[in-house]
Amino acid sequence: MGRFLLKRLANYVVLVVVATTLAYIVASLALNPRSTYEGRNPPPPAAVVEQQLTAYGVNDKDPLLGRYADWIGGVVLHGDFGQTVRGQDINDQLGSRALVSLRLLVLGSIIGAVVGVLAGVVSAIKKYKVTDRAITAYSFFFIATPVFFTAVLLKFGALSVNDAVGSTVLYYTGYETPNLQAGFWGHVADQVGHLILPTLSIALGQIAYFSRYQRNAMLDVMNSDFLRTAEAKGLTRRKALYKHGLRTALIPMATLLAYSFGTLAVGATFTEKIFGWHGMGEWLVDSITSQDINVVATVTLFTAVFILISGFLADVIYAVLDPRVRV
Amino acid sequence: MSDVGDDVSQVPLLSVRDLGVVFPGGEDGDVPAVRGVAYDLAPGEVLGIVGESGSGKSVSSLAVMGLLPRNARVTGSVRLRGVELLGRPDGELARIRGNDIAMVFQDPLSALTPVYTVGDQIAETIRIHQRLAAGPATQRAVELLDSVGIPNAAQRAKAFPHEFSGGMRQRVMIAMAIANDPDVLIADEPTTALDVTIQAQVLELLETARQLTNAATVMITHDLGVVAGIADRVLVMYAGKAVEQGPVGPVYAAPRMPYTIGLLGSVPRLDRPGQTLTPISGSPPNVSRLEPGCPFASRCPVVLPVCREVEPELTPTAVGSAACHRADEIVDGSIDGVPVFPPPVLAQARGLVARTERPAVLEVREVTKRFDITRGAVMRRKVGSVSAVDGVSFDIREGEALGLVGESGSGKTTTIMEVLSLQAPAEGSIVVHGKDVAGLGRRERKELRRDIQVVFQDPLSSLDPRLPVGDIIDEPLRSFDVPRAERAARVGELLRLVGLAPEHANRYPADFSGGQRQRIGIARALALEPKLLVLDEPVSALDVSIQAGVLNLLEDLKVRLGLAYLFVAHDLSVVRHIADRVAVMYLGRLVEVGDADDIFERPTHPYTQALLSAVPIPDPVAERQRERILVRGDLPDPANLPSGCRFRSRCPLFVELEPGQQQRCAEEDPALVEHVPGLASACHFARERTVVPG
Repeated sequence: MGRFLLKRLANYVVLVVVATTLAYIVASLALNPRSTYEGRNPPPPAAVVEQQLTAYGVNDKDPLLGRYADWIGGVVLHGDFGQTVRGQDINDQLGSRALVSLRLLVLGSIIGAVVGVLAGVVSAIKKYKVTDRAITAYSFFFIATPVFFTAVLLKFGALSVNDAVGSTVLYYTGYETPNLQAGFWGHVADQVGHLILPTLSIALGQIAYFSRYQRNAMLDVMNSDFLRTAEAKGLTRRKALYKHGLRTALIPMATLLAYSFGTLAVGATFTEKIFGWHGMGEWLVDSITSQDINVVATVTLFTAVFILISGFLADVIYAVLDPRVRV
Repeated sequence: MSDVGDDVSQVPLLSVRDLGVVFPGGEDGDVPAVRGVAYDLAPGEVLGIVGESGSGKSVSSLAVMGLLPRNARVTGSVRLRGVELLGRPDGELARIRGNDIAMVFQDPLSALTPVYTVGDQIAETIRIHQRLAAGPATQRAVELLDSVGIPNAAQRAKAFPHEFSGGMRQRVMIAMAIANDPDVLIADEPTTALDVTIQAQVLELLETARQLTNAATVMITHDLGVVAGIADRVLVMYAGKAVEQGPVGPVYAAPRMPYTIGLLGSVPRLDRPGQTLTPISGSPPNVSRLEPGCPFASRCPVVLPVCREVEPELTPTAVGSAACHRADEIVDGSIDGVPVFPPPVLAQARGLVARTERPAVLEVREVTKRFDITRGAVMRRKVGSVSAVDGVSFDIREGEALGLVGESGSGKTTTIMEVLSLQAPAEGSIVVHGKDVAGLGRRERKELRRDIQVVFQDPLSSLDPRLPVGDIIDEPLRSFDVPRAERAARVGELLRLVGLAPEHANRYPADFSGGQRQRIGIARALALEPKLLVLDEPVSALDVSIQAGVLNLLEDLKVRLGLAYLFVAHDLSVVRHIADRVAVMYLGRLVEVGDADDIFERPTHPYTQALLSAVPIPDPVAERQRERILVRGDLPDPANLPSGCRFRSRCPLFVELEPGQQQRCAEEDPALVEHVPGLASACHFARERTVVPG
């Protein structure tokens, strides 16, 4: 088992290197950092531009492979992701942006997974009853609705809630009120207030998505012989469903849950943009518009590592849940 | 309503009255799966419930356990020691299930939860009903595993269900069922998925379990032989109703209901090879669209007008009860001396030339098929090999049926796949009609395919559901460029040949019953007028009453068309019925080969003897007097075979031998040689032994 996981880990590391390399090369070919400088008024002297670009490692007149080697060398040897096209340290922003994204994603994903699985189970048990139909209707609505639409709907909802209460309970811009003087608990309340809407916008979709999968997995299990055996042993229907049924129906979900968490890492771009959170997704989009090669490569690396961790997690969870794959 | 009778000692242990089950909303409306079943059980008594698929035998038992889906409507009464069970909430029934009434299911792989160890699953059963801490419960689970014959119980308790063989899993199921010393044990087709050798072991274990717990047992099965061996009373079900009931001996000896007579007459028997089978025409009715009158009327050869109007009730006969208007007229399966099911007339074998004089259709010489064992995902390397078929030789002469028998995993299917591929085997040679397949070109190989055709096990999945039957039969003709006009005539001719009508050509496989589909499969195989038919378990997916018709057809065709058969079946009674010669396989080797009469009447190899003695005979008297020769355990891992004789580890003879003789078995691999005239057997100590009563 350990050997198997190590092998998988090695595979994932290779994938990360490939993904990052490709991203760097494609970004270098497609983006034109020079335009940032040439568009300035007054235009800076050509020699200065060349010097700046070379210093940031994005000068298209330098050989591509050499630039790539410098950048990846810095990442691997010093943990230095280089500088943005405006000369700021990427490392400074990476930490804070990653934290912002994770705060949003971890919470949204956990809520999405837990509620989604429960909704799926209830839906399967109450198949074709009112509860099932309600959950199904909900799921189809949110699967069909793009997240920017959901987010805008949530904003409107928040406005009317705030109006009804008479003060700002739900915030829809940023992740905290700047320069707030409210003590520790005041800060906590403020951050929670900011977190609710973006988290919801992620969780609602995830719940919809997971509940459908879980419903199917559960329905498969509900017709199985071993569930009948569990009842024949003297378990009540309900107990048999949870102890033997759900436990088995969770196996196929493990992979899905882990990977969807991984792909969310940058996939929450819309949510971050709409609610003004300065996270990784927003960063990626902004860096493309600002012709910033190093940032694109950095974000790609971050995403790849994130997916690596998720994939590895999926393998581990699967092995823990299903004795049949433990070899 | 008083739930408890006046005197507890007077009420039966389990009493089922007028049990009915309706599943609402089927394709044709509500499905009345069970329509009035009644029986009583006393402690220690064994009741056999027999019926074909869809007869309601399993549903009626699930209803007793309260395990039917919620939407099922259950009516009538089920009383355990006088206490009514029907209509109780799930929570109360759960206290009875697994404690007072326990159940053993058919397929022990899907019936055990894959993610928990078997020890945990048994311990759970104990802890639901007994106040026992986790430690002692696990200890008790190990004891139970040990008592059902699982070697290394303490260690195996920590294994998961997928790490056990089918027979071992069924033992686990039984351990689980007897964990709380139940009063009633319901076994639902407990041996159907198992090989005969393992079936014999499991049946013996069930008998031991019954003696240990003195539980009343309900044995649900389609196998009349199994019931004959272990049941005290039998209940025959048809279309959701009990149609005959009584003590096993008298019911088998003198059945009163035509369905029972037909069922008994359609089972091929190991002890009566020459007897013609009497198939029941038609197929069981769709219970959601029952006509008024007796549900068997449309298939009954002695039907009267009254049968189509009034459904007969189960009324007492001399020994039991039967649901037939003519029950009183029927004596020994006949009415006024005329058999209810007159045996059909089949083509009789002509005076044949001695087999050595006839040309060989197929010669298989020293064929070996190995599968490599590889390791490593990226750098795949061979670390060893397993021989699925190891030096197998046999021949089939014109007009002769060779039955290939053995447990699953013995290499039967691999052997016929090697033959059907018409490619040169890795080792050895295959000669068809005197032509060695190794030297064939592409075109010659295709031409040779005409001569060897195959009929598969599952007629539903081997016929394309989107093609009309005519096109299915026509396809081989088209691929050999037979002119159109000729083809159309040939399709009609073939359909008639297999007992269908030419009009059937325009219908689709889904419109036919299982038996008819297998007839279509046979017609397709016969389209090119082959000399040899390879039949891979051709009747094992069919109910007995249907199976008899297909077997009769095969027997008839063999004589009329002079066909040779290579017949693979796990059911030895079927092989006994159809085969002229028999080859017994064990772990890729032939261990005994000879004429069917010799093999069945005086087998010399201990494996053949054990196989034959494990086959139940549907005759309560004969069956109970038989001596069982049990093989021990399961097939060994083919990658890790015992030295010397491969059968040594399970051989019933080996344990009786002197140490010196045992050493010979351990050191020397026995060759297939003729120990008695006409019978070759691979055993150092081969000796004749009669295991089937004559």
